[in-house]
Amino acid sequence: ATPVEDGGEVEEAGEEDRPDSVASKTDKKEPKLTNQFNFSERASQTLNNPLRERSCQTEPPPRSIFSATANQWEIYDAYVEELQKQEKNKEKQKAIPSKKDNEKSKKKMMLMETQGDDFTKVGKASKIFERMVNQNTFDDIAQDFKYFEDASDEFRDQEGTLLPLWKFQYDKAKRLSVTALCWNNKYQDLFAAGMGSYDFSKQGHGMLVFYSLKNSAFPEYIYPTNSGVLCLHIHEQHSHLIAVGFYDGCVAVYNLKEEGLEPVYKSTAKTGKHTDPVWQVRWQNDDMDNNHNFYSVSSDGRVVSWTLVKNELVFTDIIRLSVNGAVSEGPEGAQQPIIACGTAFDFHKQIDYLFLVGTEEGKIHKCSKTYSSQFLETYNAHSMAVDAVKWNHFHPKVFISCSSDWTVKIWDHTIKDLSSGFTCRMCQKAISGHNTDGTVHVFDLNINKYEAICQQSVVAKKKTKLTHIEFNPIYPIIIVGDDRGYVTSLKLSPNLRKKPKAKKGQELPKGPEVEIAKMEKLLSLLREPEQNAV
Amino acid sequence: MAEVEETLKRIQSQKGVQGIIIVNSEGIPIKTTLDNSSTVQYAGLIHQLVMKARSTVRDIDPQNDLTFLRVRSKKNEIMIAPGESKKSNSLSGF
Repeated sequence: ATPVEDGGEVEEAGEEDRPDSVASKTDKKEPKLTNQFNFSERASQTLNNPLRERSCQTEPPPRSIFSATANQWEIYDAYVEELQKQEKNKEKQKAIPSKKDNEKSKKKMMLMETQGDDFTKVGKASKIFERMVNQNTFDDIAQDFKYFEDASDEFRDQEGTLLPLWKFQYDKAKRLSVTALCWNNKYQDLFAAGMGSYDFSKQGHGMLVFYSLKNSAFPEYIYPTNSGVLCLHIHEQHSHLIAVGFYDGCVAVYNLKEEGLEPVYKSTAKTGKHTDPVWQVRWQNDDMDNNHNFYSVSSDGRVVSWTLVKNELVFTDIIRLSVNGAVSEGPEGAQQPIIACGTAFDFHKQIDYLFLVGTEEGKIHKCSKTYSSQFLETYNAHSMAVDAVKWNHFHPKVFISCSSDWTVKIWDHTIKDLSSGFTCRMCQKAISGHNTDGTVHVFDLNINKYEAICQQSVVAKKKTKLTHIEFNPIYPIIIVGDDRGYVTSLKLSPNLRKKPKAKKGQELPKGPEVEIAKMEKLLSLLREPEQNAV
Repeated sequence: MAEVEETLKRIQSQKGVQGIIIVNSEGIPIKTTLDNSSTVQYAGLIHQLVMKARSTVRDIDPQNDLTFLRVRSKKNEIMIAPGESKKSNSLSGF
């Protein structure tokens, strides 16, 4: 027991008021606090009402189990859908006033989407799939394309090699020969091949085929044509428009974005088609009304400009080639000038109105789009038909021409005659050429003017002739077409792509100025010995 | 439609391709060149994998989407190309 002190606390549950310690200590009279332990309890029992249960059963409300995950992208998708719905609503409100129609049409749309297992949606997936399978099958080629560099080039002084990569072929085009090749500017793995026949006694149908480097087994787009395709050109800015020239003299424009197999525009006898095969077509810049237009040259001696006006193809004769000069009337009044056959042309890169036309007689005429009756200049270029003329991409004065007389000449258009001979086709500073014996020759004028730095047999069978060649603007590969309908792609080895070595400490200057300077140097070298000889 | 059929035929005829299964958005196979039991097994397993992969890609960037998925193993390779929206189909081949 705790010692009880005077005024100390006594813990006793009882009916006595416990003396407040403080009060007794100080001996003051404080108001009494009710004792929280002092309580009394009174209980009584009430009647329990009997419990009754009453219930009623209703139809259960329809329930469905819903589960979803709330991810970042689910939220994003929901927002996008909401946005689209709002936009559709706005459009519909403008079109149809009544609301009921909207609801009905929305319901119909919902039904359509959930119906059946739709095969068409597999379309895109199947395309990706085919490319994946091709990537696997041709895996080593794809790796070579990207990474292989011929190490033996270091030992071979300046010669290079061509590494064969994919080979493109299409079953139905087997008997046709490749008559034109063109790379697409926007999608650099896509190229177009025109199929037809160079055999003038046997002319049949033709085809326009597009291949992608990503799928070498099957073309991306196929357009069968009535007549053999002789030339084609893909528009530089609008790379879905392709101008095509045919053996029967027609020109047509295909639009890759359209679904059908027919060209969007086609020239007919009424609308001024050529009467002879069209040898070359070229897109030009849009004219003043923002209409697309292109030029074509043909053996009937006409250079024609075609303009795409709404749904039609409108033609304008730019120039008529004749043997003596573009004379509209002969020296003796009513005499008809002898018509020359145009076989190739090219437009100047910077000066828009200037262009060159090569003829079957071996002459090259420099013309202007604005003067249709006179040539600005005529060059007696070759002894046989001129196969191709091309302006130099960088140097504004130089162009090159090659012809069936096995020579290639480089010209400065201010000087009437020039220079060296090789067989080739032009592209920037390197030139490549192909032969009827199945080899490809690559020339680099900087290194060696008279011999190819690479000569390689590209096609195995001796019966196959190579017909066309094109450089890819971005990747170091070339495509070569042959007369069996195959297109082979080859990779240029490092020696063939070489840029001049920089001296130590000197920055390597790039750009067109360098190319122009190189060209100038070459030309001056060539001119000097001639002057010395004179 | 016919183009899709043709493309599938070409893929099937490539050497190295053992089979193709087309699966709808719920994971039910609608066309196959393999036997039934394998189809069902593959479809069930792959569906979950694709959902997971897709979810991962989109979580990181909602504007991105899965283009294709390759699973290479010691013996073979499974290639999966999903369809466009939520309501469409995916292809798997081996």
